[in-house]
Amino acid sequence: MIISDRRGALGVLVLLAMVAVAASLSVGSVPLHPGDVVSVLFGGGDELQRTLILDLRLPRTLSAFATGGLLAVAGALMQVLLRNPLADPYVLGLSGGAAIGALLAMLGGLAGWLVSGSAFAGAMLSTLLVFGLAHGSGSWTPARLLLTGVVVAAGWGAMITLLLATAPTSRLPGMLYWLMGDLSHAGSPWPALLVLVAVCALLFPLGRTLNVLARGHVQAAVLGVSVRPLEWLVYLLASLLTSVAVTTAGTVGFVGLVVPHMLRLLIGNDQRLILPACALGGGTLVLVADTVARVVIAPEQLPVGVITALMGVPTFLYLLYRSR
Amino acid sequence: MSVLKTDELVIDIPGRASGSALSLTLSPGEVWGVLGPNGVGKTTLLHTLAGLRTPRSGQVRLDGNLLADMGRRRIARHLGLVFQEHQDGFPATVLETALVGRHPWLSPWQMESASDLGRARDALERMDAVDLEHRLVHTLSGGERQRVSIATVLTQDPAIWLLDEPTNHLDLHHQVAVMKLLRELAGAGRGILMGLHDLNLAARWCDQVLLMFPDGRACWGPVREMLLPSVLESLYGQPLKATELDGCPVFIPV
Repeated sequence: MIISDRRGALGVLVLLAMVAVAASLSVGSVPLHPGDVVSVLFGGGDELQRTLILDLRLPRTLSAFATGGLLAVAGALMQVLLRNPLADPYVLGLSGGAAIGALLAMLGGLAGWLVSGSAFAGAMLSTLLVFGLAHGSGSWTPARLLLTGVVVAAGWGAMITLLLATAPTSRLPGMLYWLMGDLSHAGSPWPALLVLVAVCALLFPLGRTLNVLARGHVQAAVLGVSVRPLEWLVYLLASLLTSVAVTTAGTVGFVGLVVPHMLRLLIGNDQRLILPACALGGGTLVLVADTVARVVIAPEQLPVGVITALMGVPTFLYLLYRSR
Repeated sequence: MSVLKTDELVIDIPGRASGSALSLTLSPGEVWGVLGPNGVGKTTLLHTLAGLRTPRSGQVRLDGNLLADMGRRRIARHLGLVFQEHQDGFPATVLETALVGRHPWLSPWQMESASDLGRARDALERMDAVDLEHRLVHTLSGGERQRVSIATVLTQDPAIWLLDEPTNHLDLHHQVAVMKLLRELAGAGRGILMGLHDLNLAARWCDQVLLMFPDGRACWGPVREMLLPSVLESLYGQPLKATELDGCPVFIPV
């Protein structure tokens, strides 16, 4: 069931994203009329509404959107890079590295941007570690990269369990929320949004080349693709996207695996279309999930990763079942 | 039109002693067959000629330029390769698969145009696969997939064609159709070099053959001088009977 009008599909995704943003800004402990939301966004509204929307809800809304977009684009890139539909942004141990960084910072009593910075450093360290090890004596293949990443991720997993087992009880809830993805501590959304837009713009002219790469690296080389530099670029970009996402929201699972697949089932596998579609679709999914996460048992909040999985799993299975 | 030339080329098969150095010239209009038993390095040779593998020693030149110094994109505008194996990672339709042949000719900002689609459809038509246009490649039979692979290189339209066992999986009719197509391409100034297992196809359709022996030696020359029963028996370690049909030698293993 590939939609014939593929540009129309992008239009639909833009529309859905706008509806999700409006809903996220309207819904909460103080419900607002969507009309008020629009008027605040265009400079109107009263003092209270302005504070509520611009200072409280908008940063979190944009952070959620950016996180989802980053993860979905990173997942689409990893799947092309590894020619493996099971690849996701975390498969190469990125989330594990980031989690170790963040958890150590929390154990040390740090908070705010120090936790984020530590997570970013952990993700980058993991990236370099995996790539360096997979590179080995000079020949890395997608299979070797994948295997190295999976094993490194398992190592991080063990260390995470160790940290959780030995952590003081008072620190455990914060650590667990971080591990399941949590947007309530997200800071300024602009760095994440900027990275998302910049990477999508950079990738657009590479779209057709990535399509050829998805056919296998030897086939791509024969058709004129300089495979090795391109693979390096894709790996580094995907790592950067994931690190920024993890830094913003902790480890939100599942988005990077499922959103690209869902969209491929709907609109085919042209990267020029899939990558922007992932940015929009992933952003919308996480934004809706985060909106649900903060209202469903208000005033308590759920970790957003739980909701993305609960919403995404049945949708994905349904699409997979319907596909040829 | 392009000329592919090797200077003292020794292919690199890890763990194997170096074989004969090859100094061949594939000129426009020629059809070369590469013959030899399994594992002798036919595929490695084809990949080395395409610049996908580094040789142990010697060089490959395309129109006088060292292949090693040319960018992949420039090479792809002159040289195409039909693979023996197909890796289909993600679902793609037959038309999309043929259309990737246009990749080396389009700039990064260009979308495929109607004329590119037309070329891909013509290529599929030529390979008797235009009815498969909307099928997903991983659902095709082996022979259909092989024809689509050849259609991709037809869409690419290179001056030098390298083919790794192009008649793999093909029925008799399509084997002959592919050989006729390759002869026609050679007639239009393309240079063709293919790995083959069928001696009779080589005898009938090739001008020159390269024989690769299991001990690493190799010899090459015009097909009539090279395809002698005694030579072929030692090449494959298999007794053969030879006869002639309409002036063309025919070999039958016994």
